[in-house]
Amino acid sequence: MPLDNPQSAARKFNLVGTRPVRPDGVDKVTGRARFGADAVAPGMLVGRILRSPHAHAKIKSIDTSKAEKLSGVKAIVTRDDFPDKTDGDALLYDVLYNVMAREKALYEGHAVAAVAATSASVARQALKLIKVDYEVLPHVTDVDEAMKPGAPVLHPKMFTDGVEPKPKKASNIVRRYEFGHGDVAAGFKHADVIVERSFKTEATHQGYIEPHACLASFGPDGQAELWVCTQGHFMVRDTCARLLGMDVSKLRVTASEIGGGFGGKTTVFIEPVALVLSKKANRPVKVVMTREEVFKSTGPTSSASMDVKIGATRDGRIVSADMELRYQGGAFQGSPVEFGAMAAFAPYDLENVRTIGYDVVCNRPKQAAYRAPGAPMANFAVESVIEEIAHKLNIPSIDMRIINAAKEGTKSSYGPIYGPIGLRATLERAKEHPHFKAPLGKNQGRGMACGFWFNFGGQSCVTMNVGIDGTVSLTVGSPDIGGSRASMCLMTAEELGIPYDKVRAVIADTGTLGYSDVTDGSRTTFATGMACIQAARDAIKKLCARAAQIWGISEEAVTWENGYAKPAGPNAGDFAPLSLKEIAAQAAQTGGPIAGHYELNADGAGVSFATHICDAEVDPETGFTKITRYTVLQDAGKAVHPSYVEGQFQGGAVQGIGWALNEEYIYGKDGRLQNAGFLDYRIPVCSDLPMIDTVILEIPNPGHPYGVRGVGETSIVPPLATVANAVSHAVGVRMTELPISPPKLLKALETLPQQKKAAE
Amino acid sequence: MSAVHVSAKINGDTVEYVCEPDETLLDVLRNRLGLTGAKEGCSTGDCGACSVTIDGRLTCSCLVLGAEAEGRDIGTIEGMAKGDALHPLQRKFLEHAALQCGICTPGFLVAAKSLLDHNPKPSETEIRFALAGNLCRCTGYDKIVRAVMDAAAEMRRA
Repeated sequence: MPLDNPQSAARKFNLVGTRPVRPDGVDKVTGRARFGADAVAPGMLVGRILRSPHAHAKIKSIDTSKAEKLSGVKAIVTRDDFPDKTDGDALLYDVLYNVMAREKALYEGHAVAAVAATSASVARQALKLIKVDYEVLPHVTDVDEAMKPGAPVLHPKMFTDGVEPKPKKASNIVRRYEFGHGDVAAGFKHADVIVERSFKTEATHQGYIEPHACLASFGPDGQAELWVCTQGHFMVRDTCARLLGMDVSKLRVTASEIGGGFGGKTTVFIEPVALVLSKKANRPVKVVMTREEVFKSTGPTSSASMDVKIGATRDGRIVSADMELRYQGGAFQGSPVEFGAMAAFAPYDLENVRTIGYDVVCNRPKQAAYRAPGAPMANFAVESVIEEIAHKLNIPSIDMRIINAAKEGTKSSYGPIYGPIGLRATLERAKEHPHFKAPLGKNQGRGMACGFWFNFGGQSCVTMNVGIDGTVSLTVGSPDIGGSRASMCLMTAEELGIPYDKVRAVIADTGTLGYSDVTDGSRTTFATGMACIQAARDAIKKLCARAAQIWGISEEAVTWENGYAKPAGPNAGDFAPLSLKEIAAQAAQTGGPIAGHYELNADGAGVSFATHICDAEVDPETGFTKITRYTVLQDAGKAVHPSYVEGQFQGGAVQGIGWALNEEYIYGKDGRLQNAGFLDYRIPVCSDLPMIDTVILEIPNPGHPYGVRGVGETSIVPPLATVANAVSHAVGVRMTELPISPPKLLKALETLPQQKKAAE
Repeated sequence: MSAVHVSAKINGDTVEYVCEPDETLLDVLRNRLGLTGAKEGCSTGDCGACSVTIDGRLTCSCLVLGAEAEGRDIGTIEGMAKGDALHPLQRKFLEHAALQCGICTPGFLVAAKSLLDHNPKPSETEIRFALAGNLCRCTGYDKIVRAVMDAAAEMRRA
């Protein structure tokens, strides 16, 4: 789409960049906001799902007869109630298979049946009465094990794509990816120092505090409604409609307030099940996951295994960089290894670079997107090696990063040539930051890392209606996960030239607005925000036309300035400016309601870079790591609501700290998850952390009228390496496996004397 | 199982309800009384999203049976504002942008109020430990801690 760019940096904003209270704020501090599980409907039943206790098993039969006879049970569904209507669409078939197991259960927690009953206790009893006859099969949960020739194969028809010749034997390797340019082998010949290391990271869960929840109501006329917490209700509508063979227009989906997503609510799990239960019971059915179900049956991100080799000359210039990445994405194809392979070396300007990625399946829940999917683990491996090379060359690692930093015009490791980017700016600001120069205490170390994320644009649809009193009702199709309504109102009010509190944003249901993509890829403030600005401009055009009509002059002779229609010049006539409110009051007399509308499929999202600094203190007695100071410096393009930009920086950093230090999926030999709860899967708590300092840099994105770049995802990319580098500097041992849990660190400390000896 | 009849005070009002013996107080509040401000994040007492006070004591309502509330005085997020006047903590959470998705917010507010009721001048460390039973996945806690410190300072001035 054509984009005007009125010199974003030079534009003076009245509202954008201020920090007003969000429009949904009072509801959220008083308990009034309605989230997924808060929905009710008359005659509502409770839906619950029976899940496989086995990591890999053939489902020979399912006997529901006893459960059906239990008083209060209104419907039971199994795979037989989900006929395949996917019409050869392999990815959609995977969704269907993940929603309800078919011939095999592919992971512990895979849904095998569901019940709708008059109460939760009846539903629970009914699940116990369903008899599933399993034939337990050998399983595999580790990515490297899953790739071995003798590993149990999940899908008998999976023949690796992207290798020549295509294998004739089925395996768990879905696809091979390759990115890069130059000649890595030739490049290494010029290196004065080469570091080669292998790394592993465990799967982590998005850990949103709100479990998945939905309320489905399927009428006998074939029309249905769904109330659901999701990052994209249009996606939910389209996916469910296709899985169930419905007309898209007959399913109306309303997005509730959403209690966190981080990528994990960008697909469907319980929604098709609730719809089919509702249809069968002919009553509304609410399904709410337990926390255990969230851990076992929704998508964590991939675990990863990676080998990195980087060569540099004595002056710190990287001459060659090579990497292999192996990500398991659970039981179905689609691990984010492609993004990992693209993002791994994205911060650097490299002549010779290659990344090879393998997408692998194993007996774990199907991965779902998690904030900058695939990038944090790859970045951990690369930024750890950069740190080590800098150390070997006796160059401060920040200088080594600056020497090699990508800039405008750099051909990125994944192909495109960068426009204006802010990596170098974040590094230079980091170098000047007081944190960087602060003294360190005993057992403390300082680490840093750079990170990158692509950012996404995509489809958005926006309508804004001008009320008779001149206030504006803004209707957007993007669920608001973290304050986006405030940003939408700010941009709309800015463009219209009216006060912030005269615009109210609501999230439309799928029946009342055009399609909008899922809130993901850090796209909403960028793309939906751009649609808001354009919808406001559309309304302004109409407001000017109404003013022209009132004044009896031509439309071209009217301009819009700070909320007022004005004659464009002395020749247009002498009329007192008309405010939006005055024009709105006369709408009925001048042609009826005034509305602005815009739909787009946005390009030009503008990549994003960050630099993080962390101080860590290690207790050598216990192996416990405490983060004592943390600073995030990131390019936001233009911060629309700086408080929420800071919030994104801080939240991403802390999720990354959790990933680095304590979060992991722990599997037993039986292939069962051993820590499916917040007690044993420990996300960072308040007392684990210091304040997270932030520095917002604004290098305008030429692809947005105000210069906005997405900010949500980049912040989780650098922390893994930043923390690992800090720990490494604190105790002199390089940690190559995450999380750096106390037992793992203690073990590494025990081998330290040998390591030092070997180095001598 | 026969239902249990319970009489309790909730946010100052006398309330009567019947519940099943295995129903949690959280289930009763949410499903029988329409008080959905308390959230179920884990049902194991690990996330604090269901925080309420029972006779002034901070409690995870998912760990208490509805039947156990007999004769007790329950405080929930719905009772925190006085009419249309927000509690200083609620106002400061808004001003500091101490919430993103907002699902943990009621629990944090109930827990923070409980802290300030007992300790009007907490240090940052005391705040961090007092709120360590409440999980937030969005904010990294920075703005939450600042909001509580600011609210405490304002309440001390009042």
